[in-house]
Amino acid sequence: MLYNEPSPLEVKIVTKRFGLPNSASLDTYLANDGFKAFFKAIEMTPEQIIDEVKVSALRGRGGAGFPAGLKWSFVPRTSPKPKYVIVNADESEPGTCKDRLLMENDPQQLIEGILIAGRAIDAHKGYIYIRGEYRYLIDVMDRAIAEAYSRGYLGKNIQGTGFDFDIYTHTGAGAYECGEETALLDSIEGKRGIPRMKPPFPAVSGAWQSPTLLNNVETLSAVPPIIRDGGAAFAALGTPKNGGTRMVCLSGHINKPGVYELPVGFNLLRMIYEVGGGMRNGKKLKAVVPGGSSCPLLTADECDIAMDFDSLAKAKSMLGSGGTVILDENTCMVKFALRIMKFYAHESCGWCIPCREGTTWLKKMLQRMHDGGGQKSDIPLIGELSKNMLGRTFCALGDAAAMPTISIVEKFPEDFEAHLNGHPCPYEHSHEAVLV
Amino acid sequence: MTFSPELEAKFAKLLETYPPGRTRSAVIPMLLFAQDEVGHISNELIEEVAKRCKVTPLQVDEVVGYYSMLHRKPMGKYHVQVCTNISCLLTGGEELYHHAEKTLGIGNKEVTADGQFSLEEVECIGACSWAPAVQINYEFHHQVTAERLDQLVGELRKRQ
Repeated sequence: MLYNEPSPLEVKIVTKRFGLPNSASLDTYLANDGFKAFFKAIEMTPEQIIDEVKVSALRGRGGAGFPAGLKWSFVPRTSPKPKYVIVNADESEPGTCKDRLLMENDPQQLIEGILIAGRAIDAHKGYIYIRGEYRYLIDVMDRAIAEAYSRGYLGKNIQGTGFDFDIYTHTGAGAYECGEETALLDSIEGKRGIPRMKPPFPAVSGAWQSPTLLNNVETLSAVPPIIRDGGAAFAALGTPKNGGTRMVCLSGHINKPGVYELPVGFNLLRMIYEVGGGMRNGKKLKAVVPGGSSCPLLTADECDIAMDFDSLAKAKSMLGSGGTVILDENTCMVKFALRIMKFYAHESCGWCIPCREGTTWLKKMLQRMHDGGGQKSDIPLIGELSKNMLGRTFCALGDAAAMPTISIVEKFPEDFEAHLNGHPCPYEHSHEAVLV
Repeated sequence: MTFSPELEAKFAKLLETYPPGRTRSAVIPMLLFAQDEVGHISNELIEEVAKRCKVTPLQVDEVVGYYSMLHRKPMGKYHVQVCTNISCLLTGGEELYHHAEKTLGIGNKEVTADGQFSLEEVECIGACSWAPAVQINYEFHHQVTAERLDQLVGELRKRQ
């Protein structure tokens, strides 16, 4: 099912079967290039497959943007223990809603991507870790997996190639932290999702102390088109070192919110005004969250930018997970920072003190500021406290809470000043919800 | 404890899903699937899952305390979850949450006296481009207005 009208500016690679009748069925998949890449991969050596993914300049679509081919090459060639492919379908970065569509509309593409990854690292089992809130997708994926087994595309000796592979689904139960790959590993082992010390990296010792390749749904869904049409063709769609397309989730104060597949490096202003139909109610653009709530915000003046990993890094932000949230001139940035911090305080697993205590204190300070009880010295203090969290935690959740906060305090100090001296919030929002 | 044959089949499949000796991996899915059937996670259920997964009850209980979808107390038959995270915040999710409080007459994580409804303000549920979003049990509702929420609740009230 599709939830928004496609845009003519889209370049459909991973979403090319979206909208076809029964797009989730194996028959539709086979009639539209399905499993061609798998048969090609079977004829290739593992090294050739990994090289092709390297050539494609595919970078992790979960948020970190790590080069996928490089990640695959870290898995040791030989191992006395079995190896695993784990799909990170714990999509929970605020602003992000794309992996959901990939599984719902084209589950067979994900299955084929897992098979090719398995062939490349010599794994024979894969797990799809799906967040608990996406329960219907457990059913969708289980049905697709059962269909693939029944037609010989999973199981023993797949299509007579001699390659064996099994795929299982696994459900989470509500924890943002489990999207972090080592916390996900603890979670799949039946424990609280708490990040692990690295090294060892999951490629060497991951699930059940075995070599494990973890990739996001969109990353693995891009693998069949890369192997089928060649890495170079995929790379050419994007900008240097930023291959292919990416699913952009536009949300917020925009006329046509939706998920659109656009070349990596697409200009952000064009995303807002041409793909997204411009600002809602003709309001002025104030800020953009480029790729999920962990990313430093861009001011309206910074939005004439190519949306690729390197351009965003140069602008001291991140491309992140593709959740592009558009804020108009009526948005209270104190309120926005508060809501982000409430989220991280709620989701901090509590393992690292700077994150556990820092997010809670920052939430309290931002709440007091928004309620009109802040002091002028609180404004730099919020930034300072956030900076003290940077790089001082096992995983990136502490950084993810600090980075947007630092950017908001530095780029929108006037919004904080407007709340001082007992002044009520100058913007419309007056209610305050309680999140326990 | 006794469960439906469907749930027993799910449990049997779960114990086959993970590598040999790794039955602890089945704890979280087993808890969530069981909760769907029996309503909440009781001490008895913790003991049962511990026995089946060959772990201690404490190892199960610590997991229950961590994951936000696992409930130690019964929730309503219809668990209304309103997202107020950033994309929903910008499109009226918070106002919608307050409206839900009024419509249902309960606050966050509370249950109506008849046990039919519970309410929760939730973090991002992955419907950002179709905000504001609500999930009732596992069903998604997109671009929900106050009127639409009342209509959904009204339909469920009739269904009781």
